[in-house]
Amino acid sequence: MVKAKSFIEKFYVAFIGFLLYAPLLVLFVCSFNDSKSRTVWGGFTLHWYTDLFQNEEVLSAVRTSLLLTTLAALIATLIGTLACIGMTAMKLRFQKVMEGLSNIPLLNADIVTGVAIMLLFVHFMSLGFTSMLIAHVTLGLPYIILNVMPRFQQLDKNVYEAAQDLGASAVYAFVKVVLPEIIPGILSGFFFAFTVSMDDFVVTYFTKGAGINTISTMLYQQLRRGINPQMYALSTLLFLTILILLGLINHMSATKQKKADREENR
Amino acid sequence: MSRKVLTTPYIVWGAAFIILPLFMVLYYGCTGSDGSFTLSNITAMADSVHYKAFWNSVWIALASTLICLVISYPLAYILSKGKHRGSGIVIMLFILPMWINFLLRVLALQVILSKTGILNAILGFFGLPLQKLMYTKGAVLVGMVYDYIPFMILPIYNALCKIDKDVIEAAHDLGASARVTFQKIIIPLSLPGVISGIIMVFIPSISEFVVADILGGSKVLLFGNVIDQEFNVANNWNLGSGLSIVLMIFIFISMAIMNRHASEEGDNMLW
Repeated sequence: MVKAKSFIEKFYVAFIGFLLYAPLLVLFVCSFNDSKSRTVWGGFTLHWYTDLFQNEEVLSAVRTSLLLTTLAALIATLIGTLACIGMTAMKLRFQKVMEGLSNIPLLNADIVTGVAIMLLFVHFMSLGFTSMLIAHVTLGLPYIILNVMPRFQQLDKNVYEAAQDLGASAVYAFVKVVLPEIIPGILSGFFFAFTVSMDDFVVTYFTKGAGINTISTMLYQQLRRGINPQMYALSTLLFLTILILLGLINHMSATKQKKADREENR
Repeated sequence: MSRKVLTTPYIVWGAAFIILPLFMVLYYGCTGSDGSFTLSNITAMADSVHYKAFWNSVWIALASTLICLVISYPLAYILSKGKHRGSGIVIMLFILPMWINFLLRVLALQVILSKTGILNAILGFFGLPLQKLMYTKGAVLVGMVYDYIPFMILPIYNALCKIDKDVIEAAHDLGASARVTFQKIIIPLSLPGVISGIIMVFIPSISEFVVADILGGSKVLLFGNVIDQEFNVANNWNLGSGLSIVLMIFIFISMAIMNRHASEEGDNMLW
């Protein structure tokens, strides 16, 4: 009875896992298929990959995405972290209002956020890289606040004051005492802002200028146009990149943990 | 100098790029093409095209939220009791698809569902008649569930992991059966996670238009498609803004209703 239950549970987990990964596996297999058909195996090939690296449309989209996403995440991190430092000096109720401000785009429908920023830009300036950048910073801001603010709340204020009592200047005490405690929050905030803006389609679609594409908007155009096996190759490459990045992050935090454990045991 | 000064860039940013744009929507939504005040863009909801699209959206969003919940709860429950509880590796496998570009996931479904796709090839192999899978409401529903299910799994899993094991043991010690414990302890304590999950699936799917566009073709018109078309095809920004206002109001009302059921959560919102 117990055994049967445990089998059903394992089967269920495996089945859902299969449903989640089967579509991705299909893309992976298709990316090596030497036939435009999705169901006939025409032999192994790498030419979708070589074509992909010569496709200027794809390459420029990848470049735009990387530049846009990195810049947006950096700006959001800077503005958000400064705001968190300032917010700690505020009354709790006012803090909540401030946090609520950046949460609006998070809770609102993406399509409304996109349309709203588009209207602003069309009215006062014009659409282009700047409007995309501003939209992406706005998307990333709440993730910085959500990740950094709790770090400040966990912080022991006495340590900072002790540092000042021992003769450290306010800035020196901040850099040496507060910052090390906050950094993990800043890094995870940056990471979230980066992934959110990398994955965003809707807001980019409305705020982008003519002729500029990110990976997402380029894919949308490709999908509407019809089958292009180069996109299967792109998806495989992007998936591998994500796996490697996550592996690295896991590895880094694991070694850090080990180091911390060792120091504690000493 | 007070530290509060450091919030200035944030406040300026929020005012210029969060609040002001919403007023722009309000302005365009409440004016006609000649710039005079009118409510006709909002009352345009009464047009059958608009309200049909709206109810299509509500229906599909509700259905996909429900399907996500029914699949995710048992999954999160099983995973949360597992040996790897809290270590994050197994749950990571279920969250990973979330990091793959949204459009690539739609592309994958396109490959499987299309007329010459994998599913029809399998049907053909067994001599079964080919099915029209793409360009149906079902395809759109599958697409939404596939795209948003990680957002349901994660908050429920987090909420379940947070439940103190002592509470469950105490219930057993006091004579509660497994079933009663599940009903009286586990379900109520995981409710905040369930509510975050519902919000995180329902809100994006109510305004969804990409999945409908690609998997539904012109056959399935959702409210998001209507807004998109007003802006990008018909160039009627006033009407598009008016409909956006309606969507925004609907979202805030549904959030208010759902938040009333989740009084003290907050920290397991998102991831």
